[in-house]
Amino acid sequence: MKNKKIVIIDYGMGNVGSIQNMLKYLGADSIVTADKKEIENAEKLILPGVGHFKSAMDNINKLDISELLREQVLEEKKPILGICLGMQLMCSHSEEGDVSGLSLIDAKVKKFNFLHNEELKVPHMGWNKVKLLNNQSQIFKESLEGSRFYFVHSYYVKCNNSSDVLTKTDYGLNFDSSIESGNIFGVQFHPEKSHSYGINLFKNFIKIQ
Amino acid sequence: MQFTRVIPVLLLKNNGLVKTVKFKNSKYLGDPINAMKIFNTKEVDELVILDIMATKNKKEPDYKFIKEIVSEAFMPIGYGGGVSELEHIRKLFQLGVDKVIINSAAILESDLIKKASEIYGNQSIIVSLDVKKDMWGEYKLYSHPNNKKIKLDLFQFIKKIESLGAGEIIVNSVDNDGVMNGYDTNLIESVSKSVKVPVIALGGAGSIKDLKSAVIHGASAVAAGSLFVYQGIHRGVLISYVKSDLLIN
Repeated sequence: MKNKKIVIIDYGMGNVGSIQNMLKYLGADSIVTADKKEIENAEKLILPGVGHFKSAMDNINKLDISELLREQVLEEKKPILGICLGMQLMCSHSEEGDVSGLSLIDAKVKKFNFLHNEELKVPHMGWNKVKLLNNQSQIFKESLEGSRFYFVHSYYVKCNNSSDVLTKTDYGLNFDSSIESGNIFGVQFHPEKSHSYGINLFKNFIKIQ
Repeated sequence: MQFTRVIPVLLLKNNGLVKTVKFKNSKYLGDPINAMKIFNTKEVDELVILDIMATKNKKEPDYKFIKEIVSEAFMPIGYGGGVSELEHIRKLFQLGVDKVIINSAAILESDLIKKASEIYGNQSIIVSLDVKKDMWGEYKLYSHPNNKKIKLDLFQFIKKIESLGAGEIIVNSVDNDGVMNGYDTNLIESVSKSVKVPVIALGGAGSIKDLKSAVIHGASAVAAGSLFVYQGIHRGVLISYVKSDLLIN
């Protein structure tokens, strides 16, 4: 029997506590683990993450779950939500440590470079807006009028296929602030720290069949 | 476009919510969990919680109580008070705190900033500096646990903690704390000019005008205590908030 559980993948990096607090608040059953059986039995996956890309991939590889995650997402078509570094890890490559990612989505991770503009600090930290490019989205269903999301990141995602880009955000340049491709979702911001706007996103993710 | 973060600061003393004036005369205001719920519904940009007794009483953070406060806080939370070891920081992140604020330990054990920022990233490590003018009008670091002034050059120290990996710096003016007559904008400007990381202004805000003025003088974010817990000249306790939209000129 399939477990109706959301597995928050625990590879030792990231603020899993606040994501679990949010899911609990919304009444969704979740577990924080890197156990292969639990990942296989999960209904949905959340890939969290705060920190260095290479250290994160090293940890994931040490846990030997990289292939399992690819199989669960690309073949089993399990919904996965990558948050912040988690979204970046779903890409094929990052400039942070110059290493390969999980390659769930055809995208690269690049560093913010504002040498020409001293006003723009890195990391991009604080509240910013998102512009929705896909009105068929499964995770953005409510109006984004007046909405804003909390960001903390020094690197950004650049998709190779524009159809994968869900929202864009302006910070020195227009970067891909969220992605959606079938069962694969990624957000650069922290929905678990973005009040009602983030709560809506989690509600929609929980509802996905 | 990015919004300037407006950050309420909640002071905890024996698990009650208090407010001080010039770091003294702490007045009991109520239940911090209740205050947190109100700030949550007001959708504040970010929140800072400081336990002002933990270090003085040589105690670790009260994890159980902090967990209770943050479990339904859907905004970024910074916590400070009693943080002196890596293990404290690990536990705080695990229970849902986003940024750990190091104050006294930054002076005593600067190694902690380096180690913590290497593991968790600079963005999650805030160093808070309590600054007081000495009798010659010079800015000095003020370590309130022992009520002693520290004989360190403030600006050399700020450079040092930035190079060690502090991701943000809270500049708290002891002289202006709770006075609600405006920030020490000279202090904010000189600190902002000396570092690249974001500077959070604290101490003295009494109006929206004060918040704007801190931004003009270089603050990346504006924090306040009294402004968000008091109302009117008699200082009735009433939780309020100023949305960052109002800071746009």
